[in-house]
Amino acid sequence: MKPDPGILLQRRIKNRLMTGLFLLALLVSLGVLASILWKLTLDGIGYFTPAVFLKSTPAPGTAGGLFNAIVGSIMLVACAILFAVPIGVLAGTYLAEYGRHSRLGQVVRFCNDILLSAPSIIIGLFIYTIMVMPSGHFSGWAGSLSLCIIALPVIVRTTEDMLRLVPDTLREAAIAVGCPYWRMIVSIGWKAALPGILTGILLALARVSGETAPLLFTSLNNQFSSFSMNGPIASLPVVIFQFAMSPYRDWQHLAWAGAFLITVTVLSLSILSRHLFSAGKGT
Amino acid sequence: MIDGSKTNQTKVSLKKLNFFYGDAQALKDIDMDFPDRSVSALIGPSGCGKSTLLRVLNRMYDLYPGQRAEGEVMVDGENIIGPGVVVSTLRARIGMVFQRPTPFPMSIYENIAFPVRLYRKLPRREMDELVEKTLGKAALWNEVKDKLHRSGLSLSGGQQQRLCIARTIAIQPEIVLLDEPASALDPISMGQIDELIYELRKDFCIILVTHNLQQAARVSDFTGFLYLGKLIEFASTTSIFSSPKSKQTEDYVTGRFG
Repeated sequence: MKPDPGILLQRRIKNRLMTGLFLLALLVSLGVLASILWKLTLDGIGYFTPAVFLKSTPAPGTAGGLFNAIVGSIMLVACAILFAVPIGVLAGTYLAEYGRHSRLGQVVRFCNDILLSAPSIIIGLFIYTIMVMPSGHFSGWAGSLSLCIIALPVIVRTTEDMLRLVPDTLREAAIAVGCPYWRMIVSIGWKAALPGILTGILLALARVSGETAPLLFTSLNNQFSSFSMNGPIASLPVVIFQFAMSPYRDWQHLAWAGAFLITVTVLSLSILSRHLFSAGKGT
Repeated sequence: MIDGSKTNQTKVSLKKLNFFYGDAQALKDIDMDFPDRSVSALIGPSGCGKSTLLRVLNRMYDLYPGQRAEGEVMVDGENIIGPGVVVSTLRARIGMVFQRPTPFPMSIYENIAFPVRLYRKLPRREMDELVEKTLGKAALWNEVKDKLHRSGLSLSGGQQQRLCIARTIAIQPEIVLLDEPASALDPISMGQIDELIYELRKDFCIILVTHNLQQAARVSDFTGFLYLGKLIEFASTTSIFSSPKSKQTEDYVTGRFG
């Protein structure tokens, strides 16, 4: 049938219009990100000096850096991820492999989804109640634990999703050579899902390294270079919060430098995880 | 086509085999004997139960709650769907190749070595020899000998399927189940798989499910026709294709239905 020219014209107009709308939506969302990055770079990079990495947080009016906050953040986040990864990966594996249709699996999956969307300040308050109050003092461990609880559901979820993407025929193929089910998971399932699981871990890491609210109730802050997990410990997000709210110019400058540092770190983690994921899919 | 009149010992014997997916019955009172060291093809329209029958033989259905088999599946006189059977040992004796190639996400070498390691600890040199011998049997060695440590997924579809066959025969099973092993492949790869099946019948009891009647006619010694969960006829391939006893079989192999 020869198409009616009117219909073709109508289609062309609709096509142009919708493409334009999509482009606009894209520009709006990208624009927000770009302007944040632009402002951070503009105001942050100027104060991004070696001293930021070498000196500890100063008293107002004296020179200093963010050394203790950077180390503190690394310690808090590293401990949190260290505990969240084995628990999260094992729980996600349970959900994907054993609890797919079981009652327990459904309950755990539901609870995990709730935890995934729980406001982080609630988690901070929770840890404050069960750990900080009974012990009578803030501590790095409490901070780490609250970050761990935030990272956990992210890892559980991505591990489950990634294992579910492993085709059943591959599972059956392993079973068909007489491989026990647990060994199939370890040697075939995890192996096939590895890039995805690593991506999930990196995303969780990126998410918790910027968390401030739960740390205010748990690890608090420390203006000295104290790296004991048993006492209050400094961290980048909390220092940024404190310094940015302060009336002192030099503190505000350090807050800019810290914000720049965190953003660049999180951004590179996200890019790295993207890269890992696409590299995994390519093979 | 091979003359199926020569008598081979029975390897697998089904007696009143019934199979259920939940409440739906997929196999009804199947009685049949698969001879050793020959190829038996199972043909029939989609949904007739031929793949289901295959999945009973290595107890793949165990993975899925709600699926159950009743009756007897005797392998060398032992009922393998009865209680007390160790399924992983059973699956070492009964290998399976699937419709779509399913190489493990590891190197070509490891695809062969992984199943072997489940049962034996071999020194490196012996494992190397076994891998070479197995890939040779699967007519793949010459194509992959220089890239044994590349991913199995880097091979073409036909090569992947031959790798899967190699992986299956590496652990020297007695029975090899082939579930439409060539249907996802191009005609040339398909021909290679057919030749391979024809070669392998010297060593194994092969049970082949296929949609492709030419394939059944080309490579099998015996052919069974299933329809709606029932075994309509099982006889030598020659007689199924040239003088079937049942009208339904005749209609199917002459393309009048299905």
